[in-house]
Amino acid sequence: MGSGSELGIYLPIAEISVNIFVLFGMGAAVGFLSGMFGVGGGFLITPLLIFYNIPPAVAVATGANQVIASSFTGALSHFKRGTLDVKLGTLLVIGGVAGAGIGIYVFVLLRELGQLDLIVSLLYVIFLSTIGGLMLLESVRSMRRTRAGQLASLKKPGQHNWVHRLPFKMRFRASKIYVSIIPILALGAAIGFLSSIMGVGGGFIMVPAMIYLLKVPTNVVIGTSLYQIVFVTAFTTVMQATTNQSVDIVLAFLLMSGGVIGAQYGTRIGQKLRGEQLRALLATLVLAVGLRLAIELFVTPDDLYSIAIALAAPGAS
Amino acid sequence: MRALAATLLLILASLSTAAAQQVPGNKETVEIGLSTDTIAITSGFRGTDLTVFGALDNADPLIQRQGRYDIVVILQGPERDFVVRRKDRFFGVWINAESVTFQHIPASYSLASTRNLQDIAVPKIFAQLALGVNNIYYEPMPDGFSSSASLREFTKELPRLKLKQSLYSQRPGEVQFLSSTLFRATLSLPANVPVGKHQARAFLFRNGEFLRESSTSLNIVKAGLEYRIYKAAHENSLLYGLFAVFLAVITGWMGRLMFRKD
Repeated sequence: MGSGSELGIYLPIAEISVNIFVLFGMGAAVGFLSGMFGVGGGFLITPLLIFYNIPPAVAVATGANQVIASSFTGALSHFKRGTLDVKLGTLLVIGGVAGAGIGIYVFVLLRELGQLDLIVSLLYVIFLSTIGGLMLLESVRSMRRTRAGQLASLKKPGQHNWVHRLPFKMRFRASKIYVSIIPILALGAAIGFLSSIMGVGGGFIMVPAMIYLLKVPTNVVIGTSLYQIVFVTAFTTVMQATTNQSVDIVLAFLLMSGGVIGAQYGTRIGQKLRGEQLRALLATLVLAVGLRLAIELFVTPDDLYSIAIALAAPGAS
Repeated sequence: MRALAATLLLILASLSTAAAQQVPGNKETVEIGLSTDTIAITSGFRGTDLTVFGALDNADPLIQRQGRYDIVVILQGPERDFVVRRKDRFFGVWINAESVTFQHIPASYSLASTRNLQDIAVPKIFAQLALGVNNIYYEPMPDGFSSSASLREFTKELPRLKLKQSLYSQRPGEVQFLSSTLFRATLSLPANVPVGKHQARAFLFRNGEFLRESSTSLNIVKAGLEYRIYKAAHENSLLYGLFAVFLAVITGWMGRLMFRKD
């Protein structure tokens, strides 16, 4: 690692010295991508931080903190435009808080067992390769379609599925849906769980799930998803701070300020350059990050042994 | 490397008066002194050498001329519990498998000596004094799972890992006599030196025999904004978490204000 001491800043929680501009640039680059594609970017930030030798526990907790900044403004503007279903979003938040609570408990347990780094990497490998693969497939398919002269149709006709046969139905006016609250709470909980273990907002799962599972109209999907992400990542941040003391405020601030600036330019470019090629590019990037993480799991480590301060052993009082 | 120049001086005056009252002969004494009892390291700290001065009094001039007095100085960090883990391969993936927890292990340990330890005295003496990286008492926490063979294996790995992290170090030849009575020991304070109460101890040997030791303590604290943030995160974690959320909201909002076109 570069020893540019003048640009170095010491991260108080991660307890390492890093280069300010590398982190600011990392935040800006991910912010640019998230502005361009309308994704949160948490799923890129956390692995990049791990590559930069930030301890995974800190990377995950700080990732969640950083997501708040990028989601808050988005949620706010959707709220003003009325493209946000507060009732649906609040139910998702309730599920999310429960899921994040369980996630934090699992996080602590994994940390004590010394398996946190492995599970975080494994989850990222699985999610990044799945999402990247699907995105690549989808963009290649629509590239072919465009070449064939057809119009790309994203939305499927509102066919009813098993989700609509579940009990405890509730009417959501803004979304114009009448659906059971069980899948809503479950979806919220799953996202909350991922938010606390992976440090992501979870929009990349939430958005397709809301469209295809709950049949929420696309115009309220993004706003409602952002609304849930803001509250759940805020909850996760506070929980991580109180149970693991692993939120690095200096690191989060560097990433956020880079991210906020990058996102503005990304949005502008994205409006001009919307295209399957760009989406294929993002998919390739996501796959590359996933692959890099996967390789590290299989390569023989330099040292098979490691040492750490023993956390409070379970069972010992 | 800009590093904190921490030179600690001996309080010579008080020592020489005390020495004058002693009967010459078999009454050699060793003393070390630090000019300060607290070192504050800032966040940019990249590690440094710590020089400790000391005095050997009432030394036999003949033995001294033959160079048969030896001094070992250590600086030992606060005790903590550590867990050592070993990775094994499962389906191609490297996973932390077996682990052993050790209790009351000095978090850091820096040793300086006049010569190689094996030239100073027989190993048994160092073992009795628990002096040296390989003689520290590593106490595994009984868990009922680990076999005695693996306990031995992990007990061997612990000092190796600590040496690799530069938290433990042994420097033969780094105790030097400046005059017949005054000596200087150069110990290492690594960049990752743990904060807390450290103990400096000096051991005096004559002809391979241990005579006596003296000790003094040193408090290492961290200073600066980064450490205040660290403290806040640990002591007021709820407030810290809420502030982290607040900061994120404000940053996001400011960004929007700055870039809004309307």
